[in-house]
Amino acid sequence: MTETLESSKLVGQPLKRKEDARLVTGETNWTDNIQLPGMLYMAILRSPMAHAKIDRIDTSRAAQMPGVVAVYTGADLAGLGIPCVWPVTDDMVGPTFPVLAADEVRFAGDAVAAVVADSRYRASDALEGIEVDYSPLPAVIDMTAALADGADLVHSDKGTNKCYYWEFTGGDYAAAKAKAEAEGGRVFHRQYIQQRLIPNAMEPRAVVCAPMAATGEITLWSSTQIPHVVRVLLALVTGIPEQKIRVIAPDVGGGFGSKLDLYREEVIAAVVAGKLGRPVKWTESRSEGYQATIHGRDQIQDIEVACTADGTLLGLKVDLVANMGAYLQIITPGIPLLGAFMYNSIYKFEALHFGCTGVFTTTTPTDAYRGAGRPEATYAIERLMDDLAAELGVDPLELRAKNWIKHEEFPFTTIAGLEYDSGNYEAATAKATELLDYSGLRAEQARRRESGDPVQLGIGVSTFTEMCGLAPSRILSALKYVAGGWESSTVRVLPTGKVEVVTGTSPHGQGHVTAWSQIAADALGVPFEDIEVIYGDTKMSPHGMDTYGSRSLVVGGIAVLHAAERVVEKARRIAAHQLECDPADLDFEGGVFKVRGTPGAEKAIQAVAFEAFTAHDLPEGVEPTLTADSTLDPNQFSYPHGTHLCAVEVDTETGAVVIRKYVAVDDIGNVVNPMIVEGQVHGGIAQGIAQALYEEAVYDADGNLVTGTMVDYLVPSAADLPHFTTDRTVTPATTNELGVKGVGEAGTIASTPAVVNAVVDALRHLGVHDMRMPCSPQTVWRTIQTAAGASSNSNGAQS
Amino acid sequence: MSTVPISVTVDGQRYESDVEPRQLLVHHLRDGLGRVGTPIGCDTSNCGACTVLLDGKSVKSCAVLAVQTDGRSVTTVQGLANGTWHPVQQAFHAEHGLQCGYCTPGMMLAAVDLLTENPNPTEAEIRDGLEGNLCRCTGYQNIVKAVQAAAVAMQAEGAAR
Amino acid sequence: MIPASFDYARPDSVETALAALAAGGEDAKVLAGGQSLVPLLRLRLAYPSVLVDLGGVSELRGVRDDGDALVIGAMTTHYEVMTNALVREHAGLLAEATGTVADPAVRHRGTFGGSLAHGDPAGDLPAVALAYGAQMVIAGSGGRRTVEAADFFVDYLQTAVGPDEVLVEVRVPKLGAGWGHHYEKFHRTAQAWALVGVAALVRRSNGSIAEARVGLTNMGTTPLRASAAEAALAGVDASAAAVASAADHAADGTSPSSDLHAQSDYREHLARVLTRRAVASAAGL
Repeated sequence: MTETLESSKLVGQPLKRKEDARLVTGETNWTDNIQLPGMLYMAILRSPMAHAKIDRIDTSRAAQMPGVVAVYTGADLAGLGIPCVWPVTDDMVGPTFPVLAADEVRFAGDAVAAVVADSRYRASDALEGIEVDYSPLPAVIDMTAALADGADLVHSDKGTNKCYYWEFTGGDYAAAKAKAEAEGGRVFHRQYIQQRLIPNAMEPRAVVCAPMAATGEITLWSSTQIPHVVRVLLALVTGIPEQKIRVIAPDVGGGFGSKLDLYREEVIAAVVAGKLGRPVKWTESRSEGYQATIHGRDQIQDIEVACTADGTLLGLKVDLVANMGAYLQIITPGIPLLGAFMYNSIYKFEALHFGCTGVFTTTTPTDAYRGAGRPEATYAIERLMDDLAAELGVDPLELRAKNWIKHEEFPFTTIAGLEYDSGNYEAATAKATELLDYSGLRAEQARRRESGDPVQLGIGVSTFTEMCGLAPSRILSALKYVAGGWESSTVRVLPTGKVEVVTGTSPHGQGHVTAWSQIAADALGVPFEDIEVIYGDTKMSPHGMDTYGSRSLVVGGIAVLHAAERVVEKARRIAAHQLECDPADLDFEGGVFKVRGTPGAEKAIQAVAFEAFTAHDLPEGVEPTLTADSTLDPNQFSYPHGTHLCAVEVDTETGAVVIRKYVAVDDIGNVVNPMIVEGQVHGGIAQGIAQALYEEAVYDADGNLVTGTMVDYLVPSAADLPHFTTDRTVTPATTNELGVKGVGEAGTIASTPAVVNAVVDALRHLGVHDMRMPCSPQTVWRTIQTAAGASSNSNGAQS
Repeated sequence: MSTVPISVTVDGQRYESDVEPRQLLVHHLRDGLGRVGTPIGCDTSNCGACTVLLDGKSVKSCAVLAVQTDGRSVTTVQGLANGTWHPVQQAFHAEHGLQCGYCTPGMMLAAVDLLTENPNPTEAEIRDGLEGNLCRCTGYQNIVKAVQAAAVAMQAEGAAR
Repeated sequence: MIPASFDYARPDSVETALAALAAGGEDAKVLAGGQSLVPLLRLRLAYPSVLVDLGGVSELRGVRDDGDALVIGAMTTHYEVMTNALVREHAGLLAEATGTVADPAVRHRGTFGGSLAHGDPAGDLPAVALAYGAQMVIAGSGGRRTVEAADFFVDYLQTAVGPDEVLVEVRVPKLGAGWGHHYEKFHRTAQAWALVGVAALVRRSNGSIAEARVGLTNMGTTPLRASAAEAALAGVDASAAAVASAADHAADGTSPSSDLHAQSDYREHLARVLTRRAVASAAGL
């Protein structure tokens, strides 16, 4: 081996994933694959009505049906509920969220009874044997109406549909506004709608719980992103001692925030399995999940900026109304607030005012969905920047460049109080405009407008940043979040020199096994293949805060690095002892400790591991085994950024939108595995485009989920999405040793406004200024018609 | 509950079973035969996660009754490799055509079917050919690349034979 | 989601299928390819007492040349239809439209007869059958009868096939030389149902449109012919302007539904635009 240390580093290489072998051969371990002796199957009876009193439940016929072992109602499971761990204000209204509704159902799909039978078919059959009498109550669907005086109430005992009002300010917005007005500037207001989305992880949720009566232990397998959090919450909710609970997230088929929760079915399965003394499995069907698994977004965004006449931004005011749904899942109220610090984005403001009103409606609870607050913030500010540029008659890129933080101004403390450590918006934007052929497409756009082409071209801009690496625990405390944001790792070099990396992150598609192996291999100087990554099981990986919020690498990956470095330091002491030198005289290269200046005097880390195992000859004060832990609480967030540009063709006759070209230049700092990064960006962009063009969860006035199956909720396929041109600029983060920033949500955050800006841009000359998402053909066509009608009316008035 | 005797060859192995007429093929594979490599992603035959080959042609095993497969042959993801991985399996790994892996069995079998019909597809033909299989992780870009790579590999393999 | 229980019969002839239907009573239902029915069963939107599976009736499968018409067995799958050499030669519109149905896996199972007998106006093939003036051959206890496509689609999800009858084959007339065709399907995602579809068959003669047949998907409770547009097209110059003018009548007499993805006025608008495009394409313009 003559390679230099640098070129042999694995971090930065597009290594193929270790995860794939089982996944491409079907040797998978999805929760629903688990079969245990004597296992029973649970099915949940769900409310067909959005809001009703339960007058009577009769389970007697169901209980007699073939194969049925037990039927439970709310009365049987009274006192068990889902806690909210993010009471965002002291006076937040937090209704009790029972695992089975006992007296009243509050959304279509609310859980009413649980049937346990000897097969999934018979459990399904028995649901039809349960009789429930409902007295309808008014559905509460419209958020604005729900907040009005005299509104029908979701929780009548609370006297209001308002969950909370939360406010955050930086600077003096009134002064900034007055300044703009005094200087002949503008105060520019827009209202945008964040439609409700259904996350649609491809694996529906599933739970298996196996009790062990003799010891009082339970093992709960769940398709969850957060086995560690589920364990703590299950202990708190059920009273089962925490040390008796083992939670395993086996193979998990995607999450996107929707499995970042404690769900009713997890609690019911745990309790029911214990009561029956037999393993119980519950598997959600897709259409059931559309009602029982959290939804995302669903906000009304009022955003106002004050700027000078030349477009220099002064003040930003944001008022949100955010839909909680009928109940609070574990972090429902905090989701919109994660955006509070991101509305100012990459721009310099003198003042910020943010207010958010959470409101209850008779709908499925909302919670984290990919980006969680940050896509909403980015959408509003980036839509507004395009609209403001049009209003000012300047190029949207020019307006952004005038206002963004210059690369030489980092570190920069924003008006929201966050210190952005690094960034280079100029570089990312320059690369993106070149890749798109921005000026060429602008010229084509002009030609098409000129010729009145029925197919118009639009270009949308989205320059974005986000905060990743959730989260410094002290900041979570300030936000009243009841847990910390640290992450944990243990690195063990086994007696034979092979390595186990234990991580508290809980991957479900992100490739942590591969990426953590790359980090550990570099730090330890051992082969990539020799490393096994252990995760997703509270017994094997006891400490963790799990995977969400683009946190895993920035927090968990750094914890792996620290633990590996501690292993090396321990090994160094053992090696120095045995090589009879000072630890400081050892160089560590490629997994071998070498006595500086003494060729041949060396010891490989694998050999040190065996010495640590035999413990025959360890230095004073060094304990046997070669293992070390790290629990890392990050000091700061990290701030990925980038510039996404989208060109669309809009068929003005039908309203159909086709993405002609999509360019994404992301700056996520250094990368561990560029192949994995690219995949994350692709998938993120796809989900953002899906919000822009295809997806919306729709309730009718009676509270029925109209988009109740995949037939009507339109998840795009390969045929509906374009090829993405992706590239990167590299401005390393200065807040962690690897210089990494996080990438899990960037694509989703950036892409939605890029697409909608493009659609609006294509039609602006026709009088179109906004387009409600999703920009479906009908919506686009109707918006064009309305704009045409408005302009012909005003023409008529003039003549 | 009446049952119907059926004989189905799954991944080369013949299974004799008695099934309820209402039993879906995918439940027969998973619960009846313990072949759990084929997952279920929806209840409206939109997602394609449960795609298998029935006598060599792709079908959604959640929209086929087990009784309809009596006397027929089913290939699942677990029967795709033949000593070595199928070129489509190799290509999905090499091109990072999967993340969480839940759609992957169905996606690969749809790709096998596609390449059987059209050994040298364009990008547009690949995208259209996979229209019945949903993925939430990859944005499809690397899936398309994987199918392209598999096409090249399979043609080379065919030429070498 | 899991279907409720039902009994199952797998006859091997049309006669035994009819007998099984009769024996099953009013809740007996025919299972063709199952691509619409099985999802309905899973969502428990249908509770048949017995399913009579036509999968074993080999006489219902295949395409044959019967002189002036193709005869397509009701159980011929979409895949078999769209790849059949006779269909591609003599009924190009059918091959083209069948290629747009759902997705490849569904097309391997779903059948031509099944999608016609299901009578869903959002399905692509009913409008095509209507445009061709196809004839449906229905078997019942009293023997076989032939129903014109124009009389076959009775109402939403209702056809001329009685509960104790079976659609056995479809006669699609060969149109001969001089005919062009195009199916213009407009949908939100690739596997979504058509918001509107237009099936156009056009015969050109000496620079004009001699005859046009236009079938409309999802413009009412049944597939429809755009009769006013057809009349307006007859004999006009084969020019974009003339086609556009005639296509303005495409929605005349229709009363499309409103739903989540399209209101009726938008559907009417789409019918006009898509008819213009479909006819222009079919006319080679």
